[in-house]
Amino acid sequence: MEKQSIDQLKQICSQVRRDCLRMVHAVQSGHPGAALGLTEYFVALYFNEMTHDSKFKMDGKGEDMFFLSNGHVSALWYSVLARSGYFSTEELGTFRKLNSRLQGHPATHEGLPGIRIASGSLGQGLSVAIGVAQAKKIDKDDKLVYVMMGDGEQQEGQVWEAGMYAAHHKVDNLIAAIDYNGQQIDGPTAKIMDLKNLRAKWEAFGWDVIEIKKGNDIESVVNGLAEAKGLTGKGKPVMILLYTEMGYGVDFMVGTHKWHGVAPSDAELENALGQLEETLGDY
Amino acid sequence: MEKTLDLKYTFTEKKDTRSGFGDGLLEAGRKNPNVVGLCADLIGSLKMGAFQKEFPERFFQVGIAEANMIGLAAGLAIGDKIPFTGTFANFSTGRVYDQIRQSVAYSDKNVKICASHAGLTLGEDGATHQILEDVGMMRMLPHMTVINPCDYNQTKAATLALVDHVGPAYLRFGRPVWPIFTPADQKFEIGKAWKMIEGKDVTIFATGHLVWEAVVAEAMLREEGIYAEVINIHTIKPFDEAAVLASIAKTGCAVSAEEHQINGGLGDSIAQSLARNSPAPLEYIGVLDSFGESGTPTQLLEKYGLNAENIVKAAKKAISRK
Ligand SMILES: Cc1ncc(C[n+]2csc(CCOP(=O)(O)OP(=O)(O)O)c2C)c(N)n1
Ligand SMILES: [Mg+2]
Repeated sequence: MEKQSIDQLKQICSQVRRDCLRMVHAVQSGHPGAALGLTEYFVALYFNEMTHDSKFKMDGKGEDMFFLSNGHVSALWYSVLARSGYFSTEELGTFRKLNSRLQGHPATHEGLPGIRIASGSLGQGLSVAIGVAQAKKIDKDDKLVYVMMGDGEQQEGQVWEAGMYAAHHKVDNLIAAIDYNGQQIDGPTAKIMDLKNLRAKWEAFGWDVIEIKKGNDIESVVNGLAEAKGLTGKGKPVMILLYTEMGYGVDFMVGTHKWHGVAPSDAELENALGQLEETLGDY
Repeated sequence: MEKTLDLKYTFTEKKDTRSGFGDGLLEAGRKNPNVVGLCADLIGSLKMGAFQKEFPERFFQVGIAEANMIGLAAGLAIGDKIPFTGTFANFSTGRVYDQIRQSVAYSDKNVKICASHAGLTLGEDGATHQILEDVGMMRMLPHMTVINPCDYNQTKAATLALVDHVGPAYLRFGRPVWPIFTPADQKFEIGKAWKMIEGKDVTIFATGHLVWEAVVAEAMLREEGIYAEVINIHTIKPFDEAAVLASIAKTGCAVSAEEHQINGGLGDSIAQSLARNSPAPLEYIGVLDSFGESGTPTQLLEKYGLNAENIVKAAKKAISRK
C-alpha cells in the first residue's frame, strides 16, 4: 500500500471512528472508548508506517507485524484491517454476532485475516510480540514488530517479566506502545492503581522510551513513529508512551472511563456520527 | 412455549446471579467484621461497589493484577480475615491457577474466590472471556469447595454460607439476567444436593444457570408422560454422592447439565461416581470439547446445545439406553 498523506490519514480516521461506533452500537456491546482514542495510531501504522500485505500470511515474513495486547480495542483493529483491504468492509456488520469471524476480542480461531494471536485476557501480548521479533532475528528479517498495550494493563506482572526479558536479550526490532489515556474500567489509573513514573520504570528496565504527547494528532503520531523507528537496531527495545484521550472525536465521550465498555444508544450514535464526517462511505 | 408449560417452579422476576453475590457480600460484611473484599478493576461488573462504599477500610482495589490478588488474599487469611476476591471466572482460575494451588489450596487458606461471567452466557465478549474449564480446574484441587448456584437468591444464600464455612472455596456465577425461581429465605447447605422435583424415569442433575433449563425440561417431558427428577447440584465439590446414587437407584438413568465443558465438570463427577458404584446410562449436556464464541446468551445456549430442548432429547436418550 502507498503511504497516505496527512490529509488522507485524517479522512481515514474520521471514517474509522464512524465504523467503530456503528459496530458497537449495532450489537449494543463492545468498547468504544479506547477505540476512538487509538484511531490515529492504528491508522498511521497501517496506512503510513508499516510495510504489510493485505494478502495475509500468518508468518508475516518480510513484513512489519502488529500485535494488539489490549484486545478490547478490537472494533478499531477490525475497521482498520477492513479499510486497508484485509477483508471486506461489509463484514464489519457481523462484529460480535453469532458465527462471525469478528469476535468480541481478536481471535485466530475463525481465521480472520490480519490476526495472528488471540487477545482479550490482558498482559500477554508483549511476550508474544517479543517471541515474534526473535523469530525475525533468527531469519535475518529486518522488518519490525509493533505491539500495543493499555496503561491499566501495565498493572499485570507478565508485562514486566516481558520487559526485563526484551532488554536483556537486546530485542531491538520491537516497538511497543502504551495507550497512555490515564483510564481503566473502574476509574482513572491514578486512583485505581497508580502507575507512577512509567517512563522511569521502562527506562530502568533498559528500554529506549519516547513520548508522543499528542496521540490524537495524526502528524505527531506519524513523526513519533518515525522517531521510534530511528531508535531500532541499537541494542534496546523501544517503548512509546502514547498520550491519548479515551473517546476522542466525540464530545460527550472524551476523557472518561465511562465509555470504556458501553455502547451508545440510538440518539447518542446519531449525535456522535454528526461529529464525524463520512469520508470513505459507511460499510 | 414456556408460558403454556405447567412448571413446578415459576418466577416473577429476573436478575443476574452476580447481583446475588454483591448483595450477599454486603450482608456478610455487616454480619462479620472479618469479611474483606478484593477486586481487580472490575468492581462494577462484580457488583462489589456497595460493599466498597460501606466498608472502605475492608476493601482493596488491586488493579489489573489477579495473581497479586490471590496472594494478598492468602495473606489476609493468615491474619484471620475472610477474603472474598472478585474478578471474571477466567481471571479467577486459569489466570492464577498456581497461585491458588500453592498459596490457597495446598496451604489451606480460608479464601473465597468469587467468579463472575462464567460460561457461555457472558455473550458477546467471546471465547477469551467465556471460561468453560474452571469447574474442572477448581474441582481437581484438593481442599477446594466448588459452588455454582442457579439464580440470584441461591447465589446470595451461597455467599452468606461461605462466611461460616472455613477453607478455600470457589463460587461461580454469571452475567445474564436469569429467572429467580428459588426462595429468598432458602437455607444453603454446602455439599448437600437439593431435590427440587421428584420423579421416577430419569434424573436430571443440573448446576448453575442450567437448573432453570432443567426445570423447564421437566415440564416438557411430563407433557409426554415422562417423569423426571430434578436435582440441583449447587455444590460440585464436596460432591453429594449419596444423593446422586440414591436418585439413580430409583430412576435408572441420568442427564447432567452444566454451562461448562463436558470434560472435568459436573457430568464427570457423576460418571465417576456411577462407574465406581453402580453403572447406569448418563447423558451429558455441556460444551463438547470446544471454545465458545461471540453471540447473545440465548443464541449460544442454543448453538452449543445447552437449553431445555436439548435436555429433553438427552433425557429420552438416557431412558432408551436403560
Ligand atoms: C487479565 C484480565 N483482567 C481483567 C480484564 C478485564 N478488563 C478488560 S479491559 C480492562 C481495563 C484495561 O485498562 P487499560 O489497559 O487502561 O485499557 P483502557 O480502559 O484504557 O482501554 C479490564 C480490567 C481482562 N480483560 N483481562
Ligand atoms: Mg487506559
